[in-house]
Amino acid sequence: MLTYIARRILYSIPVLVVSSFLSFVFVAEAGDPLSNLRANPRTTAGTLHQLAHQYHLDQTVVLRYWYWVKDLFNLHHPLGISLITTQPIWPDIHRAMGHTLQVIILAEFCAIVLGVAVGIFSAIRQYSIFDYTFTSISFLGYAMPTFWLALLLQILFVDIYLKWHVRIFYTSGLNNHGNATWSIDRLQHIALPVATLSIVSFALYSRYMRASMLDVINSDYVRTARAKGLPERLVVMRHVVRNALIPIVTVAALNFGALLGGAIVTETVFTLDGMGYYFIQKLGQQDVYAVMGYLVITSVAIVVFNLIADLAYGFLDPRIRYD
Amino acid sequence: MADPILSIRDLAVEFKTDDGIVHAVDGITYDVFPGETLGIVGESGSGKSVSTLALLGLIPQPPGRIVSGTAMFKGKDLLKLKKRELRDFRGEEVAMVFQDPMTSLNPVLKIGFQLGEAIKTHHPDESDDKVKTRVIELLRLVGVPNPETRYTNYPHEFSGGMRQRAMIAMSIANSPSLLIADEPTTALDVTIQAQVLEVLKTVQQETHAATILITHDLGIVAELCERVLVMYGGRIVESGDVHTIFRAPRHPYTIGLMDSLPKLTEDEEWLRPIPGAPPSLINRPTGCAFHPRCFLSQGRLKCREEVPVLRRAEGDGHEAACHFSDELIGHASKFSSDAVTA
Amino acid sequence: MTEPKQVEKIAGTVAPYEQNYDTGVVTAPAGLLDSTADAGLELQIRSQWSYARQRFLRHRLAMIGLVGLIIIFAAGAFANYVAPYTFDQIDLTNVLHAPTLKAHHLFGTDEIGRDYLSRVIYGIRTSEQVGLFVAFVSTLFGLMLGAIAGYYGGWIDNILMRITDLVLTLPALAILLTVAALVETSSSKFASVLNHFGDQWTITFILTLFFWTGIARIVRGVFLSLREKEYVEAAKASGAGDLRIIFRHVLPNTLGPVVVNATLAVAAAIITEAFLSFLGFGIKPPTPSLGSLVAGGQANPQKWWLTVMPGLVLVMIVLCINFIGDGLRDALDPQQRRVRA
Repeated sequence: MLTYIARRILYSIPVLVVSSFLSFVFVAEAGDPLSNLRANPRTTAGTLHQLAHQYHLDQTVVLRYWYWVKDLFNLHHPLGISLITTQPIWPDIHRAMGHTLQVIILAEFCAIVLGVAVGIFSAIRQYSIFDYTFTSISFLGYAMPTFWLALLLQILFVDIYLKWHVRIFYTSGLNNHGNATWSIDRLQHIALPVATLSIVSFALYSRYMRASMLDVINSDYVRTARAKGLPERLVVMRHVVRNALIPIVTVAALNFGALLGGAIVTETVFTLDGMGYYFIQKLGQQDVYAVMGYLVITSVAIVVFNLIADLAYGFLDPRIRYD
Repeated sequence: MADPILSIRDLAVEFKTDDGIVHAVDGITYDVFPGETLGIVGESGSGKSVSTLALLGLIPQPPGRIVSGTAMFKGKDLLKLKKRELRDFRGEEVAMVFQDPMTSLNPVLKIGFQLGEAIKTHHPDESDDKVKTRVIELLRLVGVPNPETRYTNYPHEFSGGMRQRAMIAMSIANSPSLLIADEPTTALDVTIQAQVLEVLKTVQQETHAATILITHDLGIVAELCERVLVMYGGRIVESGDVHTIFRAPRHPYTIGLMDSLPKLTEDEEWLRPIPGAPPSLINRPTGCAFHPRCFLSQGRLKCREEVPVLRRAEGDGHEAACHFSDELIGHASKFSSDAVTA
Repeated sequence: MTEPKQVEKIAGTVAPYEQNYDTGVVTAPAGLLDSTADAGLELQIRSQWSYARQRFLRHRLAMIGLVGLIIIFAAGAFANYVAPYTFDQIDLTNVLHAPTLKAHHLFGTDEIGRDYLSRVIYGIRTSEQVGLFVAFVSTLFGLMLGAIAGYYGGWIDNILMRITDLVLTLPALAILLTVAALVETSSSKFASVLNHFGDQWTITFILTLFFWTGIARIVRGVFLSLREKEYVEAAKASGAGDLRIIFRHVLPNTLGPVVVNATLAVAAAIITEAFLSFLGFGIKPPTPSLGSLVAGGQANPQKWWLTVMPGLVLVMIVLCINFIGDGLRDALDPQQRRVRA
């Protein structure tokens, strides 16, 4: 098993190298980090020259990429220094990362737990009112663009505040002044972003879980379980659900990328100090190394998440065990 | 003759589908006696599996429906039992072995666990150790090598034949009085088939259970069964003891079945299948379901209009559902020259 | 033994079905077709496609989706005739009006008095242009590459797999945003060519480049599995060339999943473009886009119609396409075993 993990990690390194290189080439060619300074009439040619040399802008792309990679692992300023702000990139990203993780993990947790539960009940009570209601809800949730849902929630709760002067959930920012990461205040602030991300993912999980349950419920081995005299409750819990959960792992892995995308949009709408928001700001400022920092971290996150999903899959399905 | 252990009267099952109502089983009546092996023969779609699934309430009731009939087993009508009571019978008094062992075993649970589950469901107070011992004993009985280590295997780690042995072991775990084997060897290689049939014979001798063996293979019937029912189009068309049926079949369908088998000891230029195709169970032929393919009928009106009833054909207990089965008296089957040994 | 002959003697005249033992052919004598029909033995032989079409038409949700989508897309396509006003007709006397029947401002007006319904309709036009183009071209491209890779295998397949793997492990939205943002400001020659066509086509191009990998993977999978099937071997044995095998035997079997995927890709492309435009890196004003309309509504959150209307239309489009996709999947997927009571 350990060799499998090691092999997977080794295998993903060239993939990450290639993707980061391609991104870097593109990013490096496309933007001119010194354009702002160039436009400023007070910048002298000498300053421009010196900066260009300092940031290796006069070298070839490959060399620049090499310098950038070296900077990634630099202990003083991992991920390098922003050309625009001349500040190290890592501290900002690190702080933003924590906030994004908090929102994403909460959202996925709610989505999976609720989605699986609803999927199970919809399948057991197929064609019931419960089933039809939640199937419709999940169709709707699946079709809603994340940014629109976020805006709707925002408008709704701002309206509630304006009409009834009670603040149930906050619609922007992470905290009112001075509150901790796990305070009620924080939860009030991230409730809406979490809800937004949850709803869309929930739609996905409940749909797939329902389909998976229906698939399994008609299997031969479920018939065998009934033929043995097992009570229906045990048949469902022990035989059906256990098998129906297996494809959900794959769904979760595939959904991760979409979740990150949703985080970008949600953080923008609710002005949260997260990685997505950071990314959009830096992209707008053409702060190329910061953008690269974001891309690298999220690529690594996706690779790690896929690995975890594969391991979980092997845990659930003994037919696929890695050695 | 002793009292039958299972008495089925006028069982009819239908399924609602998008294309219409499928009359899967249309009023069948038969008995099963203690300790005997009854074979039910028929093509796919003849209703042979459905009739036994109905006994255990394993027919999904929204599309399926038990239209009529009774199934008396040890004084109770299985078809009228509430779910809870029926569950007591399933896996204990009446057990089933299914066709495809790969899909009939849960792939994510260990074999030992699944067999143990069969025991624990009906004997919840048994200690885990005792259950484990019994499971290993059962595995040994059916011929699974190294049952102690195999106990912790998953189904995909077993070969096809071994899986079927495990299924059989699971079914006899609680010493049932009635064992239903639904095409137990169809999904297996021929050589493995022989082994599994041996296991079934062993198991019968050990448990003295009455066995219903469902198959489309006449060879298996000849080897294992004492009595035979032939089904076609959801109805029983012939029934009797195995020797009589093989020696002197009295229904054109049974004759056709036997004729279509190649015979090792004779030279034949052409195989002789029964011409035509099995009937649609939604739009069944009027009258006798077999008449469009029947060499005996020759389009006679009675065959087309009247559903033939099982009537005494020859000898004790031999019945055939054919209006003109008398015309077949004197006709000896392909196999009458062979000695059909007990 | 003479058993078989004896049976024939008993039978006498010929049976309804006749088997000629010399040629082995089974025939039904004329005049008995009535009885075989009564006997329920008549089979209606329908081609696979007509069967699929029948299943699709029976799917209620898919029909609703189809009708809805046709209405919406028609409105977009004929925007010039359908929209009550032009896209940028300013009317400063009628600023930020709520939806009303008066003067046909069914979706209200925006902050400089432009009729919102018209803006949304023109936005639909942009979305459908982007969606249909991206889906069509990326499907074509993906089909070709996937077929070649799946059929020939070897290093071609390897390269394709590496490329699609790469695309899969990238954060999709972020990469698209990055590419879209940087192309616009880039000074390279390539970018200037692209920019020449306007941001709608830039975005379309970028999306197409991204989307083909999905279809290619699916097609390649189908080809790989079908390549080993018996009828391909049989065709080869009878001397059929590669191209013929690909086109006559394997390709028709890929069309099912490809059609379903292409349909869903339209929705995916439309949504992705909306995301990009909402964040300001996609299709920018003055070119109409549902995403940028929603973004514009953020300035006046109390005028809810500015945010809600374009989004609602987006949801409708995606819902309709999803319904159609579901219906297609039902109709074309041969493995469905549902028995609906």
